[in-house]
Amino acid sequence: MKLNGAQILVNCLQSEGIDHIFGYPGGAVLHIYDALNACDKIKHILVRHEQGAVHGADGYARVSGKCGVALVTSGPGLTNAVTGIATAYMDSIPMVVISGQVSSAVIGNDAFQEVDAVGITRSCVKHNFLVTDINDLVNVVKKAFHIATTGRPGPVLIDITKDTTIAKIEFSGYPKSINMRSYQPEIKIKTTQITKAVALIVQAKKPIIYSGGGSVIGNADKILRVFTRHTGFPITQTLMGLGAYPASDKQALGMLGMHGTYESNMAMHDSDCIIAVGARFDDRITGNLDKFCPYAKIIHIDIDPSSVGKTVGVNVSIIGQVNDALSALMQALKGKQLADISQWWAQIETWRSVDSMAYKTKAGVIKPQSVIEALYEVTKGEAIVTSDVGQHQMWAAQYYLFDKPRRWINSGGLGTMGFGLPAAMGAKLAAPEMDVACVTGEGSIQMMLQELSTMLQYDTPVKIINLNNGYLGMVRQWQEFFYDKRYSMSYMDALPDFVKLAESYGHIGIKVEKEADLKPALIEAFKQKNRTVFLDILIDPSENVFPMIPAGAGHHEMLLAGRDDMASTNDEGLNLV
Amino acid sequence: MRHIISLQLENESGALSRVAGLFSARGFNIESLTVAPTNDETLSRMTIVSIGDDDIVEQIVKQLDKLIDVVRVTNLTATGHIERELALVKIDVSPNSQAEIDKHIDEYGGKIVGVSEDTYTVEVAGKSQRVDDFLVSIDASKILEVSRTGVTGVCQKREY
Ligand SMILES: Cc1cc2nc3c(=O)[nH]c(=O)nc-3n(C[C@H](O)[C@H](O)[C@H](O)COP(=O)(O)OP(=O)(O)OC[C@H]3O[C@@H](n4cnc5c(N)ncnc54)[C@H](O)[C@@H]3O)c2cc1C
Ligand SMILES: Cc1ncc(C[n+]2csc(CCOP(=O)(O)OP(=O)(O)O)c2C)c(N)n1
Ligand SMILES: [Mg+2]
Repeated sequence: MKLNGAQILVNCLQSEGIDHIFGYPGGAVLHIYDALNACDKIKHILVRHEQGAVHGADGYARVSGKCGVALVTSGPGLTNAVTGIATAYMDSIPMVVISGQVSSAVIGNDAFQEVDAVGITRSCVKHNFLVTDINDLVNVVKKAFHIATTGRPGPVLIDITKDTTIAKIEFSGYPKSINMRSYQPEIKIKTTQITKAVALIVQAKKPIIYSGGGSVIGNADKILRVFTRHTGFPITQTLMGLGAYPASDKQALGMLGMHGTYESNMAMHDSDCIIAVGARFDDRITGNLDKFCPYAKIIHIDIDPSSVGKTVGVNVSIIGQVNDALSALMQALKGKQLADISQWWAQIETWRSVDSMAYKTKAGVIKPQSVIEALYEVTKGEAIVTSDVGQHQMWAAQYYLFDKPRRWINSGGLGTMGFGLPAAMGAKLAAPEMDVACVTGEGSIQMMLQELSTMLQYDTPVKIINLNNGYLGMVRQWQEFFYDKRYSMSYMDALPDFVKLAESYGHIGIKVEKEADLKPALIEAFKQKNRTVFLDILIDPSENVFPMIPAGAGHHEMLLAGRDDMASTNDEGLNLV
Repeated sequence: MRHIISLQLENESGALSRVAGLFSARGFNIESLTVAPTNDETLSRMTIVSIGDDDIVEQIVKQLDKLIDVVRVTNLTATGHIERELALVKIDVSPNSQAEIDKHIDEYGGKIVGVSEDTYTVEVAGKSQRVDDFLVSIDASKILEVSRTGVTGVCQKREY
């Protein structure tokens, strides 16, 4: 039977097992929307802004582990989607974004709603395609999903001209698999590297496992636990890795890096053997590269060779899936004696006893840290928590102990304000049975507020925890420390009444001004299983995120809360901000 | 150090801009870049000359390899290889300088491939250094125009 390009596309998506698409229509994709209308297997979520569509698909992908799909029209539809695409790219999220394009006959003519989608997105996608011939469509779709979901995952854009969606050909089915000579994501672990790594591991007196997003992306939580327990090594996790190893376990030292725990950063600094597992030595982790881990031999497990040796030189690289690499290490360690590390643990316990996450309470004000602790308690640590970007993001990461992967959903690499709310919507669609909380700030939430409307339409009840400090708090903190308290443009006057706002979108709004009201309000919010509840919580506007490694400093030079020696940095440090 | 990187890539529209875009986005330097189809019409061969420390070049090679359209990347500098570059040089030949110029053309194995009343167009080929040397040998005020292809290269062994 002859089908048009739009129908073929929808057929392919169905064969790919896609059940949700986040999108927004427009002229160039009208044929695709017409074909979607006739398909009852795929649920389309009509967002209110294309950035929300891509973040929605992203949240869906992070929680489900499946490929997210977004659909946008040409021109402004595509440009609105770019922030979402770049966000997914930086965090290695599997996603296919389909954009309409003007007809091939007028491409390059500055036609109505024409932009060079492939050119604009080139540097923030894993790959992209422009389809101008219907005969290429099926293979391109297959390739796009193959590329997006294998190896180091990432977003792939398919830009489809309008005439391709209209043209008709005989559709002979969707291929089961595809082979590309230029893309071979299956990598076999090299035994020689395993042998070298084991030699370092058995000698290590001050070892530490530094696990990142790759352990989540690669679904390696089980083997990570087995490996960590078997070795008895301490483990620290990046912002992107939280949950792969249970935070409440005694071997877990908490997050590392700029706002990581004292014990994590000190242990990294003093370690003689770092086992990096799916982590990419980001500058929020390393701080000043000259001072980073001066004593350590480094073993680096990563699927992407370009992540290895990019910022930090390593001694042994193991290229491949975290699962495969850790299994191979486990195998090779069988029957081998490890060095005694009891002294190392004793040292770590003294760092731990500093209690770097302690914070001072003040009568009459709500401390943001206590909000997250209460959230943890009320949800019994079992919720999916999404976040926006800023101080609230760090507090959520520090005080909500994630024991399972795919529960902590945030934009780490790009740091995109506006991510939290649409991601929460996507998360709820991926896991309808779970409680979903979106920890946000009054600055971030206003970047994607309109999605409250989508959330009513598609009945995706989440709890919005607005840590309202009246400031672009993270910016204010930097200005306090490094710009002599010149608070340039970090205060937003004229905030909306969030309670009324939530109500006008058909949701429940609750304002929390007193400490005593906090817990009851949270309990009430989570009792409302089928409603989205917006908790506007007025927190201490002067609170800062600690511990902190000032830009340019080393891990052992971190600042702790409640000390007088205020943060300082030099011009070199400010370049790293 | 100067590195010659050889790429085989899918002969598809957009492949060139992916490579060029990667260099500019990541701040890698390009001395020259040449590209053309090969005997296999589905493949293009691209040769890039870049100057950088070994770890930067290692990162360049890894990033190139990561591009989906790239089938193979080789750092030719790391193995036995042949490199060639061709230049077309337009030279002002007044009667009194002609003998001198002829001598240099001979010395560098150049070929006069075009002639007008008072100019020669000379083709010189060889390693880049040879082309550089030829250009230096000619009185700079006589050189009217230079067009160089940039380096192309292959590895010496049958397989690499
Ligand atoms: C305001 C703010 C503050 C921040 N502060 C901190 C901080 O204090 N501490 C912190 O840790 N981060 C912080 N971040 C986040 C930081 O910017 C980075 O996003 C983060 O550190 C990167 O985490 P990662 O190294 O785990 O890498 P990811 O970005 O998660 O990358 C994953 C790595 O694993 C590899 N990989 C993927 N899948 C697999 C697989 N299946 N097998 C093997 N390898 C795989 C990838 O190739 C990649 O190299 C902050 C962000 C913001 C916005
Ligand atoms: C889209 C975008 N613009 C600007 C920034 C820079 N930025 C990082 S944190 C921040 C402040 C966030 O304010 P808010 O959401 O109120 O969170 P808070 O830090 O107060 O908790 C800003 C402006 C960003 N990360 N993303
Ligand atoms: Mg704020």
